Amino acid sequence: MKKALSFILSICVVLPILAFSGCGGNGDKITLNVYNWGEYIDMSAVYEFEKTYGIDVNYTTYASNEEMYAKVSSGAASYDIVIPSDYMIGKMIEEGLLAELDFANIPNYSLIGDEYKNLAFDPDNKYSVPYTWGTTVVMYNKSVVDPADVKDKSLDLLWNEKYSGQILMFDNPRDAFGLALHKLGYSMNTTNPDEWEAAAKELKKQKPILQAYVMDQIFDKMSSGEAAIAPYYAGDALIIQESNPDIEYFIPKEGANMFVDSMCVLKNSQHKTEAEMFINFMCNTDVAVMTAEMIGYATPHTEAKKALDPAITSNPVVYASAEVLENTEVFLNLSPEISLLQSELWTDIKKD
Amino acid sequence: MKNKSLLAKFASAPYTVWMCIFVIVPIALVVYYAFTDADGNFTFGNMTSIVEYGSTFLISLKLALISTVICLLMAYPVAYTISKMKQRRQSTMIMLVMLPMWMNFLIRTYAWMTILEGNGLINRFVRMLGGEGFSMINTDGAVVLGMVYNFLPYMILPIYTVLTKIEKSTIEAAQDLGANRLSVFRRVLLPMSIPGIISGITMVFVPAVSTFVISKLLGGGKTFLIGDIIENFFLGNTGTVNYNVGAALSLVLMILILISMTIMNHFDKDESSGGIM
Repeated sequence: MKKALSFILSICVVLPILAFSGCGGNGDKITLNVYNWGEYIDMSAVYEFEKTYGIDVNYTTYASNEEMYAKVSSGAASYDIVIPSDYMIGKMIEEGLLAELDFANIPNYSLIGDEYKNLAFDPDNKYSVPYTWGTTVVMYNKSVVDPADVKDKSLDLLWNEKYSGQILMFDNPRDAFGLALHKLGYSMNTTNPDEWEAAAKELKKQKPILQAYVMDQIFDKMSSGEAAIAPYYAGDALIIQESNPDIEYFIPKEGANMFVDSMCVLKNSQHKTEAEMFINFMCNTDVAVMTAEMIGYATPHTEAKKALDPAITSNPVVYASAEVLENTEVFLNLSPEISLLQSELWTDIKKD
Repeated sequence: MKNKSLLAKFASAPYTVWMCIFVIVPIALVVYYAFTDADGNFTFGNMTSIVEYGSTFLISLKLALISTVICLLMAYPVAYTISKMKQRRQSTMIMLVMLPMWMNFLIRTYAWMTILEGNGLINRFVRMLGGEGFSMINTDGAVVLGMVYNFLPYMILPIYTVLTKIEKSTIEAAQDLGANRLSVFRRVLLPMSIPGIISGITMVFVPAVSTFVISKLLGGGKTFLIGDIIENFFLGNTGTVNYNVGAALSLVLMILILISMTIMNHFDKDESSGGIM
């Protein structure tokens, strides 16, 4: 009996080892590792790419630029394509994490609007192809929030004690501090430690009236009416409004963050050409339209913008006008000292 | 005889290798990072910087302790009742206890989110009955509830296991010697079930004190536990990645757990009599 048992057990141990060692030579099919934000692509585009080019795509997601950076910079995982935001691209270029792109493989790059090229984080546009852009907005549920409180389109709404327990806040320091700094009339890229301290004080003051600090859960909580007020990204506000028509949103008068998320290839990618094929594929007009319709963010793709429903492209918040954009700021890469200060202040706010 | 020990060695080899690669090496890495700075030089700086997080340690310990006590108080009667049932009934009941574990822990915690929310199941039901809704989610209480719910089976199972091992004749002997029901419980059942209680407490307390998902989902990110801080240091959610302080915090947490386990084991005089550990 014991012998039989140990025999069975050893088979159980040995079999999987044999099975694994057998699958080393899996044809020569290339696998591209794509690392993107959550809820930030139409998956059918990925399937279509796989079918068209016979390349497997291993698609994984992250919730913040910082999370993506931690994984990529630790070298623990190898990705081919990432889609970071502006300031993070700047940081990654500085640290030599990104590969220079061969634009001969990305002919569709010419379809990207010129106003999204050569931006401060990638001045000669050697490393990135713009994927989406937008601004942060403040969302509110008009069945709960008094119209008088939103008339002036101010960030004060997020600090309004009248709505205690119904306000959500960004669960990442860069966005959260950005709002607080703007509320105080400072730049979100300020290098003055006192202004960061003052912003931290604002955030501490806000904590007791918050319902929660969240990121992707904002979708559920705003759609279901669980929360009434939340800051988020313009494109997402549009998607949330689709499921809950009571949701309205505005670009705050104190200023907002304007972001550009761009597709980049990592320096240690083993399949750079295929990665560029993927980027080019995502810039096909029909794919860009699919993406824009799915995720709701503004597209930098000129042809796709023309093909989209005019009701979307005329939306003054999602496709903000040049004058509105003048009052916005793009995140710049923070110095290590300010970055550390921000991290300490944020931990301090959260642990209290 | 010789053959047998060879076989035993062979059979345990995969586990030994597994433990070396996935337990010993990572712990060595944690120790290494905890005592070095970003350039790899030896330092005590990470360890001393931990003082800042004292209050967070206290909150984590407090919530974990509360959850463990609640689990124990709930699990003992359940385990006892099940152990007194007919054999076939027992298997069914134990299967029911384990049933939730067939589903992923994250999904179950998400489910609690929708149950406890202001517009969640409970409040909708209360309002349907004409009552006033109340707020439950994003509080310490919700975090404790999440811990109790997720870890309760780990308390029931070891206690149940020791209780079923107690011979009926032992209890009958006590009764024959004039013990009433209270003294049977106090002087026979309880001492004999201590190994199970100890394993139960460890299996609930350890994951509860180090959790970070539950506090994020049910605490709304406002109850910051030590696990959250460690996660942030490694994932860089706060803007800076710092393996060194993260490792130092993990090390201190491990030492705290080790100390509490040693104290617990001190109560466990009869080590030979089982429990699941």
